Amino acid sequence: MNQPLFSFPGGLHPAEHKAESNAAAIVTVPLSGRYVVPLRQHAGNSAKPVVHVGDRVLRGQTLAIPDGRISAAVHAPTSGRVVAIEPHPVAHPSGLADGCVVIEADGLDEPVAMTPTTWRDLTPEALRERLAGMGLVGLGGAVFPSHVKLQPGQTRIETLILNGAECEPWITCDDRLMRERAAEVLRGAEIMRHLLGARELLVGIEDNKPEAAAAMRAAAGPDIKVVVVPTRYPSGGAKQLIQLLTGLEVPAGKISTDIGIQVFNVATAYALQRAVELGEPLISRIVTITGQVARPGNYEVRLGTPIEEVIQRAGGELPGASGHLVGGPLMGFDLDSPRAPVAKGVNCIIVTSPELFPPHPTAMPCTRCGLCAQACPVRLQPYEMYLYAKAKNLDKAKAYNLTDCIECGCCSYVCPSHIPLVDYYRFAKSELAARDRDQQAAELARERHEFHLLRLEREKQEKAARLGRKASERLESGSVAPDDPEAARKKALLEAAIERARQAKEAAAPANIDNLTPTQQAEVDAIEARRKQAEQKETTP
Amino acid sequence: MITAIVIMAAIGLVLGIVLGWAEVHFRVAEDPLVDKIDKILPQTQCGQCGFPGCRPYAEAIAKHEADINLCPPGGEHGIRQLADLLGVEFKPLGAGKEPKPKAVAVIDENTCIGCTLCIQACPVDAIIGASKQMHVIVADACTGCELCLAPCPVDCIEMQVISENVNSWKWRYPVFPIHHEVARAA
Ligand code: SF4
Ligand code: SF4
Ligand code: SF4
Ligand code: SF4
Repeated sequence: MNQPLFSFPGGLHPAEHKAESNAAAIVTVPLSGRYVVPLRQHAGNSAKPVVHVGDRVLRGQTLAIPDGRISAAVHAPTSGRVVAIEPHPVAHPSGLADGCVVIEADGLDEPVAMTPTTWRDLTPEALRERLAGMGLVGLGGAVFPSHVKLQPGQTRIETLILNGAECEPWITCDDRLMRERAAEVLRGAEIMRHLLGARELLVGIEDNKPEAAAAMRAAAGPDIKVVVVPTRYPSGGAKQLIQLLTGLEVPAGKISTDIGIQVFNVATAYALQRAVELGEPLISRIVTITGQVARPGNYEVRLGTPIEEVIQRAGGELPGASGHLVGGPLMGFDLDSPRAPVAKGVNCIIVTSPELFPPHPTAMPCTRCGLCAQACPVRLQPYEMYLYAKAKNLDKAKAYNLTDCIECGCCSYVCPSHIPLVDYYRFAKSELAARDRDQQAAELARERHEFHLLRLEREKQEKAARLGRKASERLESGSVAPDDPEAARKKALLEAAIERARQAKEAAAPANIDNLTPTQQAEVDAIEARRKQAEQKETTP
Repeated sequence: MITAIVIMAAIGLVLGIVLGWAEVHFRVAEDPLVDKIDKILPQTQCGQCGFPGCRPYAEAIAKHEADINLCPPGGEHGIRQLADLLGVEFKPLGAGKEPKPKAVAVIDENTCIGCTLCIQACPVDAIIGASKQMHVIVADACTGCELCLAPCPVDCIEMQVISENVNSWKWRYPVFPIHHEVARAA
């Protein structure tokens, strides 16, 4: 049943801290009174709201629709009334507020009509169409819209990999999900295979989750291979898991589908199964609450529930709690405000304390020991990238393949000088991304400006053509009725206007009468005087 | 000895001919300098450099008629890129030129009289409207050049600084004390 195993370079084995939260069964969090549903819970554009303040909404009703291709819908987690659509703190490393739909729950939890499907009867196209508005995104943390990933691309997808590695310390939500709902997860994976037309279906699980692996094996049909991989961070990185299971390496700058492989998280497969077989859009997820809390464990939470409330459900914070980490300690970020809601990408909340997470030791200069390069699963040269990122030399950092860095944090973890390497990479990567955005904006502006100039030129020509036509028409009509008094008067007026314009122009641009000698000046004066006389004669006939 | 010289000369001649031929036949159609400079300029088309748009400024730089530090929207990064491209020294932004935070123009819909003057001023056709109709600015296309402000007879266009949002937010430069720097500062 086991695949031959391959390996990936680098990696590490930090303290797992899984036992704290993986013993108890998943607890469903009771309904809350108020939900804050962010419009951006996915990679790509914010969703566009389609409800208004004051509307009554039902559980599963669409609150906002995708805006563009890379975007996803969001749905009401319960029934109630929309009380606001406004910026609200969200779980984001910036700590900035983002647009959210605030719903006051009515406690009835009344659902919209949901239509279950027997997916085997539907063509992949029809099924995809149904899924597009379900708000499905990758629940492993990358939150990339799933309907985009389920679209077959240029290369045929041969292999579908289900990612149950869950390599990051502290997090156990996928572990519990696989233990308790293996059949549903695998049915979701079957649907994915149907959609992608993949031949092979592999499930990768780290060997520190024997119960999950056993449950998945028991539920798996003969054509699904459940593979147990050694516990080594970051085996759950998509490219690392591909390497472990197939021995294939995704080339730098490419994505897995270029070599015919697609990877989904187990929780995404579970959500997809619910969306298809129950017709329920993505409105809840399982979150690990752990660290300095009374009852660490896994909680099934409706999206939009404030994080502080979920922590309360987990027995509340214990004395000594000092902050919150969203995601794991290696790839996660500090949460600014626990008022932020649980969103699709929030897989774990760790209540921190100085004992669990001692403050970062002071960094020392890089000694070029090379340990970071040995630990890097992407075989980068972290110390070089660090040097250039630190000097803000973005081009050089990019030349060392900074954009291939998966921000796994292995390098920072092993660095004996305690340099927060990943912080520098995140900084440099977001600068590079901003620069790309600027470049695109400039490209657009250049095009629009060129079009603008073209338009002005065309309008000028059209105007000239129009005037020319008019002038010739006038000439013709003038020959037909030469002594029409009205036409003659108009002609005189026009000529006078043109003459005035000509004089004004001359007066404005006397380019060649600067710096004249006295004799020249006298000549010019004489000419001017004669011209004046002539003009007087003309205007007073 | 003589044979050696003859052989070397012959080889030299053959290589010379091959290289000369290659030079003519494999010449890469190079971007003219103006295009390269124009690619670096931010395309705000604001005229702050003293030229009527980015391309005229690029042309002036290419003809050595203008310095490389006259474009405020391009900022230091732009000057650095120009200096690299042209092989000259970096210099700070010219006197009296300050880069401003990015902004877009917004029309006060209640005051606008629909005179179309702003449309004529906008270098990127980002303003939509018709005579005697309320005008609006397409924020995605607006470069923040401010050229529409002056022509408006009722002063109803205003620049709004684009504030940072979750999408445009950037990770900050890490400020961790490095041991020896701390020691040196002390
Ligand atoms: S591990 Fe740290 S000290 Fe060693 S080379 Fe990498 S960055 Fe430098
Ligand atoms: S964070 Fe980036 S550079 Fe560091 S080990 Fe991970 S992939 Fe390599
Ligand atoms: S100052 Fe304005 S017009 Fe001149 S190059 Fe810079 S952006 Fe373009
Ligand atoms: S110039 Fe001012 S008043 Fe005229 S159309 Fe533009 S915004 Fe309206």
